[in-house]
Amino acid sequence: MALKKIEAIIRTEKLEEVRIALEEKGIIGMTVTEVKGRGSQKGILLEWRAGEYRVEFLPKLKLELVVDQTDAEKVIEAIETAAQTGKTGDGKIFISAVEDVVRVRTGERGKAAL
Amino acid sequence: MINTGDTAWILISTALVILMTPALAFFYGGMVRKKNILSTLMLSLAILAMISVQWVLYGYTLSFGPDRGGLIGGLDWLGLIGVGQDPNAGYAATIPHLAFMMFQMAFAIITPALITGAFVERINFPGFLMFILLWSTFIYAPVCHWVWGIGGWLRAMGALDFAGGTVVHITAGVSALAVAMVVGKRKGYKKVPMEPSNIPFTVLGAFLLWFGWFGFNGGSALTSGGLATSAFVVTNTAAASAALTWMLVSWIHKRPSVLGLSTGAVVGLVAITPASGFVSPLSALAIGCIAALISYYAILIRMRTNLDDSLDVFACHGMGGITGALCTGLFAEKAINSAGANGWFFGNPGQFYIQLITVLVVAIFSFLVSFVLAKIIDAVFSLRARSEEEEVGLDISQHVETAYSA
Repeated sequence: MALKKIEAIIRTEKLEEVRIALEEKGIIGMTVTEVKGRGSQKGILLEWRAGEYRVEFLPKLKLELVVDQTDAEKVIEAIETAAQTGKTGDGKIFISAVEDVVRVRTGERGKAAL
Repeated sequence: MINTGDTAWILISTALVILMTPALAFFYGGMVRKKNILSTLMLSLAILAMISVQWVLYGYTLSFGPDRGGLIGGLDWLGLIGVGQDPNAGYAATIPHLAFMMFQMAFAIITPALITGAFVERINFPGFLMFILLWSTFIYAPVCHWVWGIGGWLRAMGALDFAGGTVVHITAGVSALAVAMVVGKRKGYKKVPMEPSNIPFTVLGAFLLWFGWFGFNGGSALTSGGLATSAFVVTNTAAASAALTWMLVSWIHKRPSVLGLSTGAVVGLVAITPASGFVSPLSALAIGCIAALISYYAILIRMRTNLDDSLDVFACHGMGGITGALCTGLFAEKAINSAGANGWFFGNPGQFYIQLITVLVVAIFSFLVSFVLAKIIDAVFSLRARSEEEEVGLDISQHVETAYSA
């Protein structure tokens, strides 16, 4: 049993495209969180009454999915393709190993709980 | 003799102007950080309650009571004794004296509320209440009497201020500068971002102010006829002209910003206020445009300084009021209001000098007295919230409330 957790920080407006791309690959379950963050480009300037003010953290979405290792690459590829604009601020994908999963309703463990 | 049409219009106008204080609360509230939005609303709303009481008890008689030496009203009308349903012919011959008193109360309320923009997000609430009470007593009442009271010395000199460019906006705007200096800048000012909590609240507030201003300026005719209509028209025209100008300037800078358009509208309304009973619609177009340009650059200049007049009360109301008062000395026409005077552009340069003297006197008086009052109250009650109170936000530390869950 090898499970991977995929955390993707994406542009808020790309959520539906990513969701559709994952669904096409048979990946249904995921958790989405509204987050704020910044990359090396730092924040952005917004218009004030006159002049501007700086916002240091930008609103993004964080997707979390736990999948079987064999599905990990296609999930990563689907997110990468669907979420990409080619401009600064497209986000990042983090992949890590997961020890176990429990389905709360039944108590099933591991792959069966996904 | 009471005229029912006039009375109806003044009562409606009074309600419109009373609405402007909650509108201002939201105009300001939207621009502060989430942790201070309730506190910011509270500043204006507490003034609405407190000055309503102060005005009945002694504010009205100090401002409009029988003249004492051109400087202040006598105490003859303490507690509104003697202010009744019959007109006071000197102020407004066709409406109940009580209606005139109530209309003026709305102005006495919104004026100190304007100042609050200078010290949001760090003010100590009890010190604030004390400051406003003293400010209304020692600045609003005398200046109101000088300019509008029968026997007031600036009124006798011929100063024109139809609806409060000087009495309301210059007093508030210049005092804001003085208090901001005493209170000091917010923690982290220019180091940490200060994100506005709710721009739509600010936009809603701005356009409710626009709506209420028809009562502010239109009602200042104190009758419901042609003059009120003329003031109504130039009010809308100047607001529109300033909003459009501000939108274009912000567009040249980058994009046409909603916050910019809304700020421009308010500045246009400020500037037309003193002129609204004396100028033509074409002059109003010019006044709105000039005021927007001056206040826009005044904000930019203020932002380069270390002075944290947080919501630019001086740039918007101080400079807007000064622009309006001086423009009144340029654009006023006796053809619009025979009780007024001609301005410089209509052959009477003397009126401009009268306006200039009035501006200087009121600005200097407001600044000095505000500065001294603020220093005294700061020493006795503290005008500034404690450092940790400011950090967690005034909503929780001053009022034990939060605007938003989670």
